[in-house]
Amino acid sequence: MTEVHNLGVDAISCHAWNKDRKEVAICPNNNEIQVYKRTSSGWKLLQNLQEHDMHVMGIDWAPNTNRIVTCSADKNAYVWTQEGDGKWNPAWVLLRINRAATCVKWSPLENKFAVGSGGRVIAVCYFVSENNWWQCKHIKRPLRSTVTTVDWHPDNKVLVAGSTDYKVRVFSAFISDMEDAPGNGPWGHSNTLGTLLAEFQNTPNGGGWIHSVVFSPCGNKICWVAHNSSICIADATKGNAVIRLYTEHLPFLNCVWMGSNSIVAVGHSCMPMLYSIDDNGQLYFVSKLDNTQKKEAAGLSAMRKFQSLDRQARTDTNDNALDSIHQNTINCVRKVSNNEFSTSGLDGQLVVWDLKLLENSIAGLKIA
Amino acid sequence: MSRNDGKKDSSASTFRKIDVDQYSDNNFREEDADGGIGGPTGPDENEILTLLSQGKNAEALISVLRSAPLGCKNQQVKDNARNLTLKVLLSIKSTQIDDCLGQLDRDLLDVLMKYIYRGFEIPTEGSSSHLLTWHEKVYNISGVGSIVRAFADSKRA
Repeated sequence: MTEVHNLGVDAISCHAWNKDRKEVAICPNNNEIQVYKRTSSGWKLLQNLQEHDMHVMGIDWAPNTNRIVTCSADKNAYVWTQEGDGKWNPAWVLLRINRAATCVKWSPLENKFAVGSGGRVIAVCYFVSENNWWQCKHIKRPLRSTVTTVDWHPDNKVLVAGSTDYKVRVFSAFISDMEDAPGNGPWGHSNTLGTLLAEFQNTPNGGGWIHSVVFSPCGNKICWVAHNSSICIADATKGNAVIRLYTEHLPFLNCVWMGSNSIVAVGHSCMPMLYSIDDNGQLYFVSKLDNTQKKEAAGLSAMRKFQSLDRQARTDTNDNALDSIHQNTINCVRKVSNNEFSTSGLDGQLVVWDLKLLENSIAGLKIA
Repeated sequence: MSRNDGKKDSSASTFRKIDVDQYSDNNFREEDADGGIGGPTGPDENEILTLLSQGKNAEALISVLRSAPLGCKNQQVKDNARNLTLKVLLSIKSTQIDDCLGQLDRDLLDVLMKYIYRGFEIPTEGSSSHLLTWHEKVYNISGVGSIVRAFADSKRA
């Protein structure tokens, strides 16, 4: 039902799939990026991409142009392209930022990408063929703190960013050097890079850092999750009205749209949760997507003892398993297909979930 | 796990104590992020005490939470509201708690949780055990999310 992959690493800080989902790039919570290929006998490590000096903060794999972009706390980003022999080669990106690069995302047309930074700036990068390198333009105002997350509107010209100043902002990301027609969508007219199209306070109470923000498939709505355990949706077609849901769970770190009305949120609760929007536009909790029963540990072995020490820093072996597949925080979720998504987390597991199959096994679960 | 164990890090750590942000003119200040929403100026003490003396404990609780000056910058106003809220919480008997909580919506429960934690900071005789009863019952309704919000929100009790 649910595929659990163990790549033999301690923790996965982020992951990204290639177009046909046969290969996956992960960061094992250090300065490397590992590319694995799925074979009949398990996962095979194809290449270890080593160019960053510090922790890799974001990976994104452009499906059609088959390029990987990575960014890191060492203030650099690289675009990796595959040579004829299958080896990945890095191209350095001129980011001009003075703090860590925290997140990165390819635009839908894959001709631009956005990098968020701790230096209160978003770098919108594009390729300049005359110079043969990746160059960027900055969005600075009115960002007041570290940008933690970015996402692109399907029209390729609008960008949304979440920040540690408790705000979500929608910007125009139109680059006049390389694009002809400015965008004119539900969020407003985007003809200049950096125009602020909308701004949302997480909650009237301040309410913690924004961890993740994503556009809906149609691009009319955005959904964000933040450190006050909330999940919020803003709708451009309804005058930027915000629906906030304060949940009873631990904070979510990442979320993804599964269809036009459903959102899967993951985070410190160690299990994915499904939220939906009803006909009245209200957001409601549908179900936990993990109904795993706790495995009873049989006997006591030295190996288990050391494993528990290593993974959870606990010396006692009894009762340290959670009632879920993931045994630690989930920090990354990706859509794999129309009804499948994948999660990875600090327990080093990569799990692929199928909503269609989950529908059969969890009572009352109906995917809209 | 440290985020700073990359190759280029030196073993020196004194540089961490330098506040580089002080050299930036466009610094982030939490107060600015709160926005200009003033919020209530605090509960009306006479009204709350009257409600309490009439035995309308639930009304007193709702009233005091609704007018909580969370966004207020004046510490004196916040302290007064805190003292009054704690007085209400401590005068409601354990057996009446469920009844009172049934009349609160989710937002007020979050405000209540913030005051419960404030109450733990200034214990008086027997107050903490009573607040723990409150804490347990609020937790049963709004879960860990309520606790997370008590810490994550920049507008505190």
